[in-house]
Amino acid sequence: MITRTATAPGEVPVMASRKRLPPEVSIFLVLIGIAAFFEILGWFIVGQSFLTNVSRLQIIILQVSVIGIIAVGVTQVIITGGIDLSSGSVVAMCAMIAATFAQSSNWPKLIHPSLADMPFFVPLMIGLAVGALAGFINGWLITKTKIPPFIATLGMMVTARGIARWYTDGSPVSGFTQSFTLLGNGLDRWMPVVIFLLVAAIFHIVMRYTRFGKFTYAIGANPQAARVSGINIDTHLIKVYMIAGLLTGLAAMVAIARIKTAQAGMGLMYELDAIAAAVIGGVSLSGGRGRITGTVIGALILGVMLSGFTFLRVDAYYQDIIKGCIIVAAVIVDQYRQGKRSKKT
Amino acid sequence: MNSASQVAALDMNSAVPQPQDYEYVLEVINARKEFPGVVALDDVSLRVRPGTVHALMGENGAGKSTLMKIIAGIYQPDGGEVRLRGSAVELPTPLTAQEAGIAMIHQELLLMDYMTVAENIWIRREPKNRFGFVDHDQMRRNTLELFNRLNINLDPDAEIRDLSVANRQMVEIAKAVSFNSDVLIMDEPTSAITEKEVAHLFDIIRDLKAQGIGIVYITHKMNELFEIADEFSVFRDGRYIATHASTEVTRDDIIRMMVGREITQMFPKEDVALGEVVLSVRNLTLNGVFRDISFDVRAGEILGLAGLVGSGRSNVAETLFGVTPADSGTISIKGREVSVSSPHEAIKLGMAFLTEDRKDTGCFLPLDIQENIQVAVLHDQYVKGGFVSEAELENASEEMGRKLRIKTPDMQECIENLSGGNQQKVLIARWLLTNPGILILDEPTRGIDVGAKAEIHSLITQLAHKGVAVVMISSEMPEVLGMSDRILVMHEGRATGILDREEADQVKIMDLAAQ
Repeated sequence: MITRTATAPGEVPVMASRKRLPPEVSIFLVLIGIAAFFEILGWFIVGQSFLTNVSRLQIIILQVSVIGIIAVGVTQVIITGGIDLSSGSVVAMCAMIAATFAQSSNWPKLIHPSLADMPFFVPLMIGLAVGALAGFINGWLITKTKIPPFIATLGMMVTARGIARWYTDGSPVSGFTQSFTLLGNGLDRWMPVVIFLLVAAIFHIVMRYTRFGKFTYAIGANPQAARVSGINIDTHLIKVYMIAGLLTGLAAMVAIARIKTAQAGMGLMYELDAIAAAVIGGVSLSGGRGRITGTVIGALILGVMLSGFTFLRVDAYYQDIIKGCIIVAAVIVDQYRQGKRSKKT
Repeated sequence: MNSASQVAALDMNSAVPQPQDYEYVLEVINARKEFPGVVALDDVSLRVRPGTVHALMGENGAGKSTLMKIIAGIYQPDGGEVRLRGSAVELPTPLTAQEAGIAMIHQELLLMDYMTVAENIWIRREPKNRFGFVDHDQMRRNTLELFNRLNINLDPDAEIRDLSVANRQMVEIAKAVSFNSDVLIMDEPTSAITEKEVAHLFDIIRDLKAQGIGIVYITHKMNELFEIADEFSVFRDGRYIATHASTEVTRDDIIRMMVGREITQMFPKEDVALGEVVLSVRNLTLNGVFRDISFDVRAGEILGLAGLVGSGRSNVAETLFGVTPADSGTISIKGREVSVSSPHEAIKLGMAFLTEDRKDTGCFLPLDIQENIQVAVLHDQYVKGGFVSEAELENASEEMGRKLRIKTPDMQECIENLSGGNQQKVLIARWLLTNPGILILDEPTRGIDVGAKAEIHSLITQLAHKGVAVVMISSEMPEVLGMSDRILVMHEGRATGILDREEADQVKIMDLAAQ
């Protein structure tokens, strides 16, 4: 009978042993391969090492962190079979609104001129709340009005950007309190990385070991079966989108604390980078498949590529072209894997 | 193809094969097909005479689908050859097979929902007017001509999405005939249509036979075999077993050939001491779908729900389970009236619901067996503070897997890779893990092989022994008659009668179901 698994490409046949190798192993190998590629080219073209430069590695991982935090939230959205296009604009909206509460008295305060210096957690909480609210609206629209996630979050993408611009009439906000900037520069400047890894670890556990995670996969795998299995899909989806919004708010706070200024134009295309990180990490756009660890590796791959091409002094235009090709290639690989699966009758 | 040759192609007389030229219209000789790690077909042969219906029989996984896909050009055989009208052919793509005169009607119909009947039939071969645009009038005329010949009464301008499954099937058949196919492959064509529609389908099949077309017919239904098939071939575990004329064997012979073992008891119905009334339904109504449905089910009792497809049986089950909450009427469990407005509430009340459609509402195809089994018990059991007790659950699902004899290397296997019967067992395991007091089964053995069927039947009997109240919907008359203590028959949304086991027979049920 045709009930046995065949070996999928890139997977090691481990039929006899109970534990299989997680699919992240192959993505991790890709990351190593890309790093090695830059290392070798580095010696040939630039005449120096790519990997043994600590400050370069730090920059890579710092750049990855903000996108990475967003990508963790977006990953769970994609696992439910949805999509979130609003992340980039929501970053700007959260940043602008929260920034006006983070300014120190040494600077002219834009929206709240008479406000005293706030402890760092006030703007932080405001940023998180604005993000969560945006996520709630996304989730509510998707579940209650039944419009597709693509449209609901597209609407949020445009609206949130508009709010970000309107809030300060387009002027940037800077001059944050010392305590707030620590969110982006604390722990000897490693704070964004620490927050990113913490968020990734928490959601890795949530997705794998909690009921919330199991329900998320079930809804993405088959919403109708999930409903019959007693899962309240509407409430669950609203929670998922709220978490995505919340993490986007967190990413915004880390970003403005690091660069010490908030602008209405910031976060442009972040949503696509976050989706790309998830997709490169093996999260399936058709829902039900994917892991946080994959997304983290996917984000690292994006970061290494960006930094590597800059290191090799490849023009920025080429970088975008190559990045686009890699995203498409990742989806092709995903389709190919699924095709392999469904061919076995 | 230009429009002139198309009209010519429509002329059936020119296409009727001459039986004296060759004995078999289609021959598959020593076909072999391997998938990584599995031999799906091992030296399989098949010979189909023109003007006959040749049925393929076998358990799920016997290799029927693989064989068909080779004939239809979807798979390439690793060995052996296909001969059409006596000469060997290569079929590298489905299109070459279609052009060579082999048409396949898939189980899941492959039509374009938002296009019309005529557009679907003539796609890629649309008649053109002199400006090179599609000539819709000509296309409509061609369609009507085709329909007349096949005795199909459909509007060529209707959109596919507005048609019933049976009518879509008619469109598929008409399309296949429009290619002047000599071989027509039908994969379980009656699995989703009503008895009346089956009769119409069989009339059309007989017409096609008379026109000299060889029909390869896959079915799990034994009575269809005797009604429509001239010959049949049996397959088991990827190997060819035997070919016989359907007049020379009995049903038991075929079952023996299919499973390779005697099935002594198809329906192990045992007398179970009935307990108190567990589920009591009064005047249950869902506006526009069914109304005034009333029945009681006792502990240990199996209530069969019979009726034609579309009579509202499955809707009653969905309403009981809160998928589509009732508009009026009451549901009582152990004498206490309850409100069931969502599946979540139904589960809390001790109900379990095995849905009709394994793929659509049952399986989580991308997930593994364990994840598929555990999903219904994550509401309170096995969850502490939001965290799932993995080890405990793993033991429970593994035990359930052993008990139901799910054939798999381990519980981390993706459910997509299991056969239909094993998938069904996984879904049953999901619900048994919730320890239900009331079990609603909608077509529990649809499309699964004879061996797995018998196992599921004896499992249902065991559950009845344990005092579970069972409501079972089935389109298979022998199953309803063999398993049920009482049978509620529905017709067009109303209950037309309740029969006791002793008085029930096929004729009485059909009488109530068809009115």
